[in-house]
Amino acid sequence: MNDAIQIAVDVRDAVKRYGDFTALQKISLAIHDNEFFTLLGPSGCGKTTLLRMIAGFEDVTEGGIYLFGDEIKALPPHKRPVNTVFQNYALFPHMTVLENVGFGLEMKGSSRKEAAKRATEMLELVQLSQFAKRKPAQLSGGQQQRVALARALAPSPKVLLLDEPLSALDLKLRNSMQIELKHIQRETGITLIFVTHDQAEALTMSDRIAVMSAGELQQLGAPRDIYEHPRNMFVADFIGDTNLLEVSVDKIADGSAQCHIGGGHELTTVVVDGVAVGAKVHLSVRPERMILSDQPSDGESLKGMVTENIFIGTDITTMMDLDGGPKITIRTSNTERGNKRLIEPGNRAFVTMEAGAARLLVD
Amino acid sequence: MAAGAASGGSAASDTYVKARHWLLMPSWLVLGFFVFAPVCVMVIYSFLTKEFRGGVIWDPTLAAYDQFFFDRGLFGDGDPTLQWTYISIFWRSIWQAGLATILSLLIGFPTAYYIATRPANTRALWVFLVTIPYWVNLLIRTVSMKFLLRDEGPLNDFLMNVGLINDPLHIINTNLAVQLGLFYSYLPFMVLPIYASVERYNFTMSEAAADLYATKWTTLRRIVLPTVKPGVIAGCILVFVPSLGAFLAPDLLGGAKNFMIGSLIEEQFKGNAGNWPFGAAASMVLLSLVMIILLIFSRQQRRAGAAA
Repeated sequence: MNDAIQIAVDVRDAVKRYGDFTALQKISLAIHDNEFFTLLGPSGCGKTTLLRMIAGFEDVTEGGIYLFGDEIKALPPHKRPVNTVFQNYALFPHMTVLENVGFGLEMKGSSRKEAAKRATEMLELVQLSQFAKRKPAQLSGGQQQRVALARALAPSPKVLLLDEPLSALDLKLRNSMQIELKHIQRETGITLIFVTHDQAEALTMSDRIAVMSAGELQQLGAPRDIYEHPRNMFVADFIGDTNLLEVSVDKIADGSAQCHIGGGHELTTVVVDGVAVGAKVHLSVRPERMILSDQPSDGESLKGMVTENIFIGTDITTMMDLDGGPKITIRTSNTERGNKRLIEPGNRAFVTMEAGAARLLVD
Repeated sequence: MAAGAASGGSAASDTYVKARHWLLMPSWLVLGFFVFAPVCVMVIYSFLTKEFRGGVIWDPTLAAYDQFFFDRGLFGDGDPTLQWTYISIFWRSIWQAGLATILSLLIGFPTAYYIATRPANTRALWVFLVTIPYWVNLLIRTVSMKFLLRDEGPLNDFLMNVGLINDPLHIINTNLAVQLGLFYSYLPFMVLPIYASVERYNFTMSEAAADLYATKWTTLRRIVLPTVKPGVIAGCILVFVPSLGAFLAPDLLGGAKNFMIGSLIEEQFKGNAGNWPFGAAASMVLLSLVMIILLIFSRQQRRAGAAA
């Protein structure tokens, strides 16, 4: 199966500079055909710049961009077989919904009639057929969003680019649009490059995620891989909630590292590349991978005092001060079993980690 | 795009409902005294009999309008035929003002577009530069224009020195000179409203058009122009209307052959030779014409607005 993968967009050592400022430093990534690929990162990380370079709105300072093997760096946007859904939709206010959706086809040389036919099909796909004759201003935000999507899909682009398309929608609408978008991607089998700063959105929707920060690619992988095995501090911190504890490595043997945290806590964890004895590194543990108890366990456990329990619906977050200073949070599911484990603030508690939950981070 | 945005701010303005009429009083007074009252005077005068040394006799008559539209022979007792003299002056004025408007649009639109696409912090400077020449009195500017354009003026000197022409171009006292004069007089009225609407234009729409395979030219024609149309129409009205009634540029640059309606009206009120009722009647005809043109424009606008 692996050898059947075709590369849709190949970014090779792409660099973008504005004067002295480097927005992107030597990014290389290959986006597979039929893939839902997400560029994720905080604002200013260069994700939108990269997307705009693929669309053709920004030129490439160094390196190259290939679309199904063809170098597209020198092509102006109107000659690239990719279409974009813009953050603010950029619908044409003086045209009807149908004219908006048919515009790309008309520009590609279809007759008005053909364009209208295909546009009608696209509006059916996004369930907006009854609004064909309206102007964009007469639609709600979610409907405008779907028109923008239909407009970008209509000319059957080889790759669909989406620049934070859901950020202007409220939470409920955003969730249903996420599902709809995923659905449409499956139905049309189109390669989709999605830009977002919302890590939850990225985890929900993507086949693969490229995490970016400060113009650099931090980690590339499947959502689960990135969540469970963050490669560095930035990724661990940016994706989901995590506890970052400063540890010293005491001993390395048989692929596991023995470390200690201040306050007399001993911990054993899987060793990763670049960790040496005596090094001070960080340990990342997801809050939901730790188990609270009022009894010390047989194995290693962390000791401390519960300071607060915060109810957040599906879970309860427990804040704890460990002996020796460090603070951690533990998430317990709001179930009968989980609720039994909770400990009132002010009481001593013991925390054990699930096997393989703790991960050493070199930088 | 921002469909819901218009609903904001109404609560605050409701507070001033009672005070509104009083706060608007100064505007109403100014409008009444300086717009409505003078127009009324002109309407009344146009139906009065002329006094030979200027002024009017309070004797109601339709003579002024009759003189404008009909020719009754040398002694005023022939059968009335349509008077072409004044109608052709009108026609020429419309033609001249129309060409000046088109010229202003051709130069003004790219200028406005250029300014609106500069970085935000330099735009004010560009607008300021556009308006600088208009700090000088219109008469002075028009006279300077006459000096620039005349046969032995700097323009012809330059063109002859460069070797583009051998004999001076006769621009002065032609229709072209009048059009240039009108164009120069009213260019900012074209640039500023277009600038205002291009500045509000969301350039992501141009990117979206390019993304959907439209060339730059198609984007301009199909996306930019329809979106900034209100500014273009406002600019055209602001240039066309004053050009229609202008008399400085036609008088100074056009000479006697290129008489325009503004000059005709001006003549009627100047010195002892004038005919006030006739001047007032001609003004009324001009006013009606402009009103009709504006009504047609605004009706089209409303129709386009209702569709949007």
